[in-house]
Amino acid sequence: MAADTTHATGAAEEYLDSPTLHVSGGDWDDLVDEATSLHEERIVVNMGPQHPSTHGVLRLILELDGETVTETRAGIGYLHTGIEKNMEYRTWVQGVTFCTRMDYLTPMFQEAAYCLAIEKLLGITDQIPQRASDIRVLMMELTRISSHLVCLGTGGMEMGATTVMTVGFRERERVFRIIEEVTGLRMNNAFIRPGGVAQDVSQRAIDLVREMVPEIRRGIRELELLVNENPIVKGRMVDVGILDLAGCMALGITGPVLRSAGLPHDLRKVTPYCGYETYDFEVITRESMDAYGRLRVRLDEMYQSLRIVEQATDRLEASLGQPIMVADKKIAWPAQLSVGTDGMGNSLDHIREIMGTSMESLIHHFKIVTEGFRVPPGQVYVAVESAKGELGCHLVSDGGTRPYRAHFRDPSFNNLQATAIMCEGSQVADVIVAVASIDPVMGGVDR
Amino acid sequence: MTDLTKAQSTGGNSVGEALDTPGEPIVIGERRGMFGATAGQDTSGYGGLVVPIEFPGASARPYGGWFDAFVDTLAAGLEAEGTAYGDAVQMVVVDRGEITVHVAREHLPVVARVLRDEPALRFEICAGVSGVHYPGLSGQELHAVYPFLSITNGSKRVRVEVSAPDADPHIPSIVATYPANTWHERETWDMFGIIFDGHPALTRILMPDDWPGHPQRKDYPLGGIPVEYKGATVPPADERRAFN
Repeated sequence: MAADTTHATGAAEEYLDSPTLHVSGGDWDDLVDEATSLHEERIVVNMGPQHPSTHGVLRLILELDGETVTETRAGIGYLHTGIEKNMEYRTWVQGVTFCTRMDYLTPMFQEAAYCLAIEKLLGITDQIPQRASDIRVLMMELTRISSHLVCLGTGGMEMGATTVMTVGFRERERVFRIIEEVTGLRMNNAFIRPGGVAQDVSQRAIDLVREMVPEIRRGIRELELLVNENPIVKGRMVDVGILDLAGCMALGITGPVLRSAGLPHDLRKVTPYCGYETYDFEVITRESMDAYGRLRVRLDEMYQSLRIVEQATDRLEASLGQPIMVADKKIAWPAQLSVGTDGMGNSLDHIREIMGTSMESLIHHFKIVTEGFRVPPGQVYVAVESAKGELGCHLVSDGGTRPYRAHFRDPSFNNLQATAIMCEGSQVADVIVAVASIDPVMGGVDR
Repeated sequence: MTDLTKAQSTGGNSVGEALDTPGEPIVIGERRGMFGATAGQDTSGYGGLVVPIEFPGASARPYGGWFDAFVDTLAAGLEAEGTAYGDAVQMVVVDRGEITVHVAREHLPVVARVLRDEPALRFEICAGVSGVHYPGLSGQELHAVYPFLSITNGSKRVRVEVSAPDADPHIPSIVATYPANTWHERETWDMFGIIFDGHPALTRILMPDDWPGHPQRKDYPLGGIPVEYKGATVPPADERRAFN
């Protein structure tokens, strides 16, 4: 390596002779008074890792000149849990329970990207039953709504608007009631499996979707009425966190941030998967390139997601009873679980078969659950449009029952690189708004 | 697999661009025993079975679809930059409908520049870099895989793969062309120890700054968990008896 090693703390040496003031907690005014008494204009502030506005454990290192941010650096890694490494020591199916925990606000997207990648490696993409794809679409769009609601809710709360948060979280609970009815769990579902999905969508769940969708739509409308023309919201968000199209392209930004710069790039439209090409929806864009534009993009996207949810529900009602798992018994999970009082329940018919009538079924069940299936060697990269942008999954198989390498290109990880360009030159208070408009989730960033 | 490679090798004559023989699979290691149990407790009686692990090898023309036109444009773009296609591109692998261009590491920056700037290519987005460690591939243990996306030209995707030996883990950085790769290259350095020459600040990003070793490498020890019961321990996952 070069002798003049560059490092993350960068140009700190040149200020070594400046007086250093270490502060943690306390009143901001006291800090300013103390700094002023030292005749030092330049202040370096660590915002986070434990700060209520940093969406988990993001550390922002801000260099301030008075109230103006002159330099921003993001320090990440505080939530690194080695999920990718762990997945190399679990079977292909078990990997789903790991990747679902990466970005904990968009579990379905990680599961979908991972399962689509496995299916591509296996070469069974065409054999996935239509009903399974429809269920995947339904769950992904519900997840998109819940993720956007958290983004808007917490974003509002960070600006001091508690009602935006309570409305957002109230509507998110409605979404979760559907997700819980279908999968048994609110988050970390491990619901989408290689070859299909874990459980069928019952008539009861379909009825619940039909009951909830108008209420969610009303809630989003309430949120819109609350924020869209609100002078405080506009004062805080308009022309804040500006990132134009050229900046987005250079930094590889995707998702609502890119669409707020006017480019209608949505993987659901341009490279459809799970049958998205058969759904009727629009790609929302704004031209304003700022935090307010992203807010509006997210609000409008939720309406589009509700449209897709309704179409998917119609299809699921028409296809009740059709298979939800690939027909190949060498890949499909042997049992179909049911939702019990504890979230997950057993399939009694299956237990009766393997314990009572068929020894071969028991052997098969045991083998496929403990050993798993083998995936032919090779590599694939599959990307889906997550609520935050392009979520890519790079999978390498060596022909074994476990991934040789599983890498997730998390949209938050990539988009968080735009923090500096969005914040530098702005006020300290704008940093919060700009970061919230990227909608990073540290579980996904650090994995 | 065999049918596929046969079909490819008879499908068209190679124009002599690729270094590797088309159709020859790449052996990255071997699998022993019938059930892949690694701890030497294979009671199946097939413990002596050795099966090579074969990755898809170089494809021959025609690659199919838009891949041929893409490779031609890439070759022309490289020639215009003063780089011979045969020097830069080691082989082209078409597998499962995806194209992977294996590039010699010293030519990666020019390939990246051509991919971005050539109007007929225009891959605006490089979706990061993913490292892969193949301890069995002598002389090219460390691989860096770059997925590219062209929004302008109909959301096409290509993949560029670069390799470096463990003894000299250097790969040129493409941050100058794709600033988005700043954090991705830091992550790959952190996890695999690949040094991206020319990166503005190649530091650890996910692991603590003073962390020894690179956790995603296959030779990185996992470590077991001691159990307070008669001196027993739970062995680390890579030493357990398991199917793999």
